[in-house]
Amino acid sequence: MNQEALPLLQIKGLVKTYGKAPALNGVSLSVGKGDAVVILGPSGCGKSTLLRCINGLERIQSGEIILNGENISNPGARWDLVRQRVGMVFQSYDLFPHMSVLDNVLLGPLKVQKRDKAEARRQAEGLLARVGLLDRKKDYPRQLSGGQKQRVAIVRALCMNPDLMLFDEVTAALDPEMVREVLDVIAGLAEQGMTMLIVTHEMDFAKAIADKAVFIVDGAVEEESDGEVFFRNPRTERARRFLNSFQYESRRPRRKTGAAPSGLTPVPVTRATMG
Amino acid sequence: MLSSGLRVFFEGRNMARLMAGLLVTLKIALISIAICFLAGLLAGLLMTSKRPAVRAAMRVYLESVRIVPVLVWLFLVFFGVTRAWGLNLSGELAAVLVFVFWGTAEMGDIVRGAIQSLPVHQRQSGMALGLTEAQIYRHVVAPQILRRLLPASINLATRMVKTTSLVVFVGVTEVVKTGQQIIEFSNSKNPAAAFWIYGLIFILYFLVCYPISLLSRRLEKVWAY
Repeated sequence: MNQEALPLLQIKGLVKTYGKAPALNGVSLSVGKGDAVVILGPSGCGKSTLLRCINGLERIQSGEIILNGENISNPGARWDLVRQRVGMVFQSYDLFPHMSVLDNVLLGPLKVQKRDKAEARRQAEGLLARVGLLDRKKDYPRQLSGGQKQRVAIVRALCMNPDLMLFDEVTAALDPEMVREVLDVIAGLAEQGMTMLIVTHEMDFAKAIADKAVFIVDGAVEEESDGEVFFRNPRTERARRFLNSFQYESRRPRRKTGAAPSGLTPVPVTRATMG
Repeated sequence: MLSSGLRVFFEGRNMARLMAGLLVTLKIALISIAICFLAGLLAGLLMTSKRPAVRAAMRVYLESVRIVPVLVWLFLVFFGVTRAWGLNLSGELAAVLVFVFWGTAEMGDIVRGAIQSLPVHQRQSGMALGLTEAQIYRHVVAPQILRRLLPASINLATRMVKTTSLVVFVGVTEVVKTGQQIIEFSNSKNPAAAFWIYGLIFILYFLVCYPISLLSRRLEKVWAY
């Protein structure tokens, strides 16, 4: 996608430790405006921690996080201002259970950004319509399915008009049949040029959406490649092994094209055909 | 005869005296409950403070209130403090002080439990939207914990009403003490007085505490989501 001279987000030598255990060990990364960057890696490698550092939910020990040319990792950083420009969606959706769908979406725009109520409401309803949930705006979170809740959570973050969106394994807690509806929303955002950092274990989705893939092992970037290159032909051996561990998905297309044994109907691979 | 004992209610100013005693009970209980519910919210926040020293101090406060019986606190404040500093506290004031001291600690612990029972991601969602700490409490934490607070805080309120019967020991004539005085006075002529007076006191406590329970049930429905 469109690369500009100055990256929207730059991370330099980020170090985060929990007590003595290092979670991130000098991570550097740059994200251009409009890029969809997929962050991959084995469990516990520090992917989620990285996202949480960018949003100030974790304090970092050293390194720099530069958003739009501004160093936001200073001790004096106003995180409440930074977070208005960085939207984050969590694995467990975390809608506010005591508020209707619309009030969930409007809390940030009205209380944090102090926007005009009618204007914010128009935008909220527009976004809800885009994810197909406008008719549920008066419902409470408990009345929604997991996939619907997660779509509302995405809208809640979007309604702040962020420069950057962080998705932290947003489909990991969903029933399989609800994964698609959420990923479709994210894919739609990518098409519109939203800058995104996506932590996911949905390999087919990652392959379909990634402008860039960042592969993290033990708190350090093992490989940072163009999305297409990474999934077709990763440069590092560890990335290759990691991708191979998703055999279930990666072998099916081959089987489909080859001669299937008689009596075995190939299952259509819906998720892999995205993008 | 048991039923003829009923006349104890109508002799002299007995009924008026019982009601006056009830008013004393209510006054001590309601003032204490009102103050310690508000102060308890603050105490609860302090108990969940990020500063270990604040949490430790609150822990000492809570445990000292729990370990020492309320009656001992009453004696300590009414007899001890007044002697030590030469203050002249009335029994009622000493009672309110002790009840507030006790109730605030208990209420604080209830608030702490409610705050900590909220999933940590609720706060983080608020933070991720850019809400300030105060806004998170106002819009995310408070509305959710109020309902969680209800059952335990109503239980505390009724416990406080009932514990007011201890204030007789610091010379306050509340409803139970008034009843005892009436019984002592009429015991020789009317042996059934004790049954009727204590029976009435039983009903009076019920009449005070039951509406509190009703209110809580009502609020639990109103605040349901």
